[in-house]
Amino acid sequence: MTDRNPPGVLAAAWLVARKDLTIELRTRTAFLASTVFAVLALAIFYFTWDQSVVTAADRAPGVLWVVLTFSALIGLQRSFCVEEHDRAIDALIAAPIGRESIYIGKALANVIFLVALQVIAIPALVVFYNLPIGRWIGWVTLIIVLAIVGIVAVGTLFAAMAVNTRFAELLLPMLSLPFFVPILLNGAQASTRVIAGRPLAEAWPWLRILIGFDMVFAVACALAFPLMLDE
Amino acid sequence: MTSPSIRAEPMGAMNEKPVMDWMLAAALVAVVAVLIRAIAFTPTEATQGLAQKIYYIHVPSALGAYVAVGLLALASLAYLWLRDVRADRLAEASAEVGIVFLSVVLATGPLWGRRIWGTWWAWWDMRLTLTLFLWFVVAAYLVLRGAIDDPGMRGRYGAVLAILGALLIPFIHLSVYLFPTLHPMPIVLKPERPSLSPEMLTTFLLSFAAFTLLVLALIRSRYRLASLGDAVRATEGAR
Repeated sequence: MTDRNPPGVLAAAWLVARKDLTIELRTRTAFLASTVFAVLALAIFYFTWDQSVVTAADRAPGVLWVVLTFSALIGLQRSFCVEEHDRAIDALIAAPIGRESIYIGKALANVIFLVALQVIAIPALVVFYNLPIGRWIGWVTLIIVLAIVGIVAVGTLFAAMAVNTRFAELLLPMLSLPFFVPILLNGAQASTRVIAGRPLAEAWPWLRILIGFDMVFAVACALAFPLMLDE
Repeated sequence: MTSPSIRAEPMGAMNEKPVMDWMLAAALVAVVAVLIRAIAFTPTEATQGLAQKIYYIHVPSALGAYVAVGLLALASLAYLWLRDVRADRLAEASAEVGIVFLSVVLATGPLWGRRIWGTWWAWWDMRLTLTLFLWFVVAAYLVLRGAIDDPGMRGRYGAVLAILGALLIPFIHLSVYLFPTLHPMPIVLKPERPSLSPEMLTTFLLSFAAFTLLVLALIRSRYRLASLGDAVRATEGAR
């Protein structure tokens, strides 16, 4: 028996996300590329500092944030590139689902993609930079997930924009990086304090701005996405 | 008598206004005059010496840039709402003029900062960082527009970016607010009397007026240029 009613907003979003994740699971190109990029970047950063002046543990948080940002860009780029092939995006737009569902679905798939990437990148950082494993892991994971939500909220919208322009690969970083700055600034300041073993109250002011950013931009971008698409 | 077929020409008298006119000329003369007054006929500040003269370019340029960026945000909002091509032209014109003045602010700031603060750049200074990020967003806006051929899409994408940019500014402000600031506190606009000598205050106010006039005149000229460009494309399309 088939259900002929169009799915609700979230159910439709989940269908879009599942479609994207299935494509990624079957091809694994973007995930592999991002993972290799992240691990390579960790290794390259290790050699760009004088080991006798700055210890690996001191620079680990900074490296983590830089690698997160740039590997996120690779993942975001993929998000709408897959739709450009054979103009699959037209079918998606013509489907009996709301346009905000397309945005939410794409964003959901991107969050899952980036979290999976960090599941590999963070242990790699711990190993390469000889970090002591402590209670900070839980908090840092939370901060990173909050940052990923913000990055994906704006990044998904800009990826949809960039893919329709003449310089898609060039434009995505140019559009998104200024918007990533408050995320990185607050995320890095909060995580540095947590990793250094400072009380959580010291990290809270930064964390608060990060949460505010996530909420404002998730709503603003979900509202802007249908406006942007309409003809 | 004109025949209806001639009146239906898309170009017509739609916009024959000159791109450069009296307003732009007057603004340029005013800026030159105020700079001459600032350099030659205004006393040198006692503690900062000649370096303080840069204020007469730096501060009014900043004000002008904020006016242009504000117009960009308002015009973008108006475009998304009304879908009027004139709002899109105003947004584009404001962005182009805005980036010029933001660049002047960013170039003159470090020159003064090096002399007085002893440092070219101070990341933890709020106004500095904000201006830099305004520059990044406006630059991205212009590059984005340049990379899209379809006028409707160009307008929509640009407007969405400009409005998100306006939302970004408070977050940068809040983030940098957690750092202490180096910027001079307000000297003219403060509750007590302005702590400038009368000649300096006059020069300051004149420079605000001259630069604001220049910004508005440039936006107006750029807007007319965009209208002419649209008219040319319309005639080419009609042919």
